Amino acid sequence: MRENINESKKKLKMWENTRRNWYNYSRNPLSIIGLLVICIIILVTVFAPYVSPHPKSADKFIDFDEANRPPSSIHICGTDQYGRDVLTRIFFGYRYSLIMGIVVLAIVTPLGVLLGLTAGYFKDSWIETIIMRITDIFVAVPPLILALAVCSVLTPGLFHAMMAVCLMWWPWYTRMVYGISSSLKGEFFVQAAELTGASNLHILLREILPNCMAPILTKMSLDMGWVILIGASLSFVGLGVQPPTPDLGSMVAEGCKYLPDQWWISVFPAIAIMLVVLGFNLVGDGVRDMFGA
Amino acid sequence: MSKPLLEIRNLHVWFKVFGGILKVLDGVDLIVRPGEKIGLVGEMGCGKTTTMKSIMKLLPIPPAIIPEGEIIYKGKNILKMSSEELQRIRRKEISMIFEDPTAALNPVFTIGQQLQDAIKFSGSNNVKTKKDIKNRAIQALKEVSLPDPERILRYYPLQLSGGMRQRICISMALISSSELLIADEPGTSLDVTIQDQILRLLKELVEKRGSSIILISHALGLVRGMTDRVYVMYAGSIVETGKTKELFSNPLHPYSQGLLNAIPKLTGDGIGEGISGRIPEYINPPSGCRFHPRCRYVKPICKEKKPPFFKVDEDHEVKCFKF
Amino acid sequence: MGNKFIVKRLAYSVFVLIGLSILIFTISRVLPGNPARMALGSRAPVWAVERLREEMHLNESIYIQYYYWAKSALKGDFGISLVTRRNVASDIIEFFPASLELALFAGILMGVLGILFGTISGWYNNTWIDNLVRIISYIGVVTPSFVFAIFFILIFSYSLELFPTIGRLSPHLIPPPQITKLLTIDALLAGRYDIFLDALKHLFLPAISLAMGPLAQEARITRSSITDNVKKDYIASARSCGIPEKTIMFKYLLKPSLIPTVSIYGLDFASLLGNAFLIELIFNWPGLSRYGMNAMLRKDLNAITATILVFGAVFIVANIIVDLVVGYLDPRIRLGSERTK
Repeated sequence: MRENINESKKKLKMWENTRRNWYNYSRNPLSIIGLLVICIIILVTVFAPYVSPHPKSADKFIDFDEANRPPSSIHICGTDQYGRDVLTRIFFGYRYSLIMGIVVLAIVTPLGVLLGLTAGYFKDSWIETIIMRITDIFVAVPPLILALAVCSVLTPGLFHAMMAVCLMWWPWYTRMVYGISSSLKGEFFVQAAELTGASNLHILLREILPNCMAPILTKMSLDMGWVILIGASLSFVGLGVQPPTPDLGSMVAEGCKYLPDQWWISVFPAIAIMLVVLGFNLVGDGVRDMFGA
Repeated sequence: MSKPLLEIRNLHVWFKVFGGILKVLDGVDLIVRPGEKIGLVGEMGCGKTTTMKSIMKLLPIPPAIIPEGEIIYKGKNILKMSSEELQRIRRKEISMIFEDPTAALNPVFTIGQQLQDAIKFSGSNNVKTKKDIKNRAIQALKEVSLPDPERILRYYPLQLSGGMRQRICISMALISSSELLIADEPGTSLDVTIQDQILRLLKELVEKRGSSIILISHALGLVRGMTDRVYVMYAGSIVETGKTKELFSNPLHPYSQGLLNAIPKLTGDGIGEGISGRIPEYINPPSGCRFHPRCRYVKPICKEKKPPFFKVDEDHEVKCFKF
Repeated sequence: MGNKFIVKRLAYSVFVLIGLSILIFTISRVLPGNPARMALGSRAPVWAVERLREEMHLNESIYIQYYYWAKSALKGDFGISLVTRRNVASDIIEFFPASLELALFAGILMGVLGILFGTISGWYNNTWIDNLVRIISYIGVVTPSFVFAIFFILIFSYSLELFPTIGRLSPHLIPPPQITKLLTIDALLAGRYDIFLDALKHLFLPAISLAMGPLAQEARITRSSITDNVKKDYIASARSCGIPEKTIMFKYLLKPSLIPTVSIYGLDFASLLGNAFLIELIFNWPGLSRYGMNAMLRKDLNAITATILVFGAVFIVANIIVDLVVGYLDPRIRLGSERTK
């Protein structure tokens, strides 16, 4: 009986928290628009084979009769030089963009955050020195250059592109969390935990980490957009997803040759990139509002 | 009775915010005569700072709206003045000391730079060269009893203590105010002993120059020691005004009575009695007299009409239907 | 601040560069494949490839390889480029000025315009100017630089024919004597305003394509900083002392508001340097980024390593400068530990 009451109290609190978070998030109508855009894109991506008008265009497909058609009611974004429907390829191309974003963040966030927590907590010890010096080395090169270099020495492809982006992305999480962790280290609640004999891991994960969650989540939301942007830049120069697999960046690159006459081959993928990055940017701003930062 | 230096008549100030319109000031009336020391008392959030900022037109006008009211200074309405006239007044005649001295000083400029700018633009005739300005600055710091003024000029605000910053704010205000000084909660963020020093300093300076001062505070004891007349403010309008001694010994408005009762006393019961309830929301303020939800003498008329000033004695007026 | 700080930072930077060189070296040597084979081509005989492998020390352990590389690097010899068949060091010297010119010009555009738009937007908060700038900066931030490049080329080159798209100087003009190797400055020094203008026209499109994204970011940060600071008491206090509006805007408001902007400048400059690789490729700008990009596409290891080190060094210097400027603007950072009471 008692447990039931506690359970329902907890649920009520969670529900109230969610409602409050949503209220804060939705203060700015733009954040809602961003969320809408992202949801639509995700749906379209997941169900791409079913919702795209010409699913065959996503793979090796050649139909020179239909090549280079301007936007029409059949091909809303026109067709490219091989007769493939541009809109379909955009839908499928989104898949790789989103995959890259998700995979990179899934790897980078735990790694970067853990390193940052450790370095901050063990401030003024050799642990901190090693971690932060290595971080400084990775941060010394402009990120895109490092990603390009790593991609170029490995065979081009989605997997290697993701690895390259991971390699240059993790230090930023480490730095951010290091800042918070090292400033929290001297706080009383940490000292209290130490005095009660809590293990280091416990302190890092259960005491310090929750205080970092708000900036981490905000950064993750914004980073989805940036990772997708970098991925598009990599495939633009041919170091990412390889043709004929559809990818937004390489579609823009291929369509460059046909400017300005067959403008739709480049322009629509470009708009697609901007749309998804914009969406995540707006969502990220909303997340920041939600946490009251 | 000399002609008033400053007269605020029926001032209404509204703020346009996301959720609606905050009707903060609801008809404020205030008079300051030359050489007078006026106290403005009220709890936090009742509109004291807003009133003072509107005197100097420091309110940001897009969110703030002034639908009604006049602020007459030396016979002219400040709200309708040209910007040149307003600048002249700001530079020479009226000035304000803000509540938090740390926030009132620009963190990225030295004290010297800020003080010297104030002097440069104060339009005094005898400061022309850089040397003159610097000397004037040193003199200003000496006026507020700051030691080693030359060194202080080179410092940034972060390098000084709270008390020193407060004195610097006072000296800056003194440079540009020959007639009226507005002090918003001076010394609240400081130690009580230092606050006492600051207040004595203020009193001395004001009396020496013969200028008027409006002292804002939520601490009644402060006001009692320093002022000639007091205005009590609640939720955006003045509820009572009178000579300090009289008002403190004989508060008439229920709110003033409540305030004075709330002060802990050394004899008798010790802890005072508070006033139940909270200040009203400004988006949907109570109708009629804004105090009526918390008033124990409330009558039906209090909910309908705003009470005007009832004159009980010379200089002692109350806005309450009890009278 | 001053000297001690700079010396410390420089010393640390050297350490970072060494670490960077190890990092890149390791990454580049880890790849599968045969660099010697790639250098000589698929038709070269096996013994030639083996000979080259010996020369390149490819058969030895990675530590020895690094040792040899570092030894020559310290002497300024970064090896031979597989693509140009020349000393990588001479390639760098040849191509660096063009990239420097582009980066500086884009950097100036980004800083000046970003701060300008951000300030206007913040000062006229919530008016149509503000909203316009905000919309444009949102678009600027989410658009990849190569999209800007294509867009600008379409509009300004094809449609309006205002700006050229290829190269640094029109073919009919002879470059001025090379003093700084920056075409614009050299042209001015030689007094040739026609060359100066022509070089500027060639610079403009690539620079603005590079700068758009970071410019938008700077504008946003400046704007939020200004809108935050304009409400602060020290501005009201300055007003109450009668300080004129112009002084308030350009001195009292601007200086503290620039602090976040300048702090971000380093990162924005990084994005400038990175995106230069794409932009130089699109505009066929004969700079180090294009050289590096080609090296990367052809797996020219020596060139890749050296190029990254150069860019790393440039970025490190830029960061030091940014930190110095922030220190100048914000005494709280300079004097943080020197409070008197």
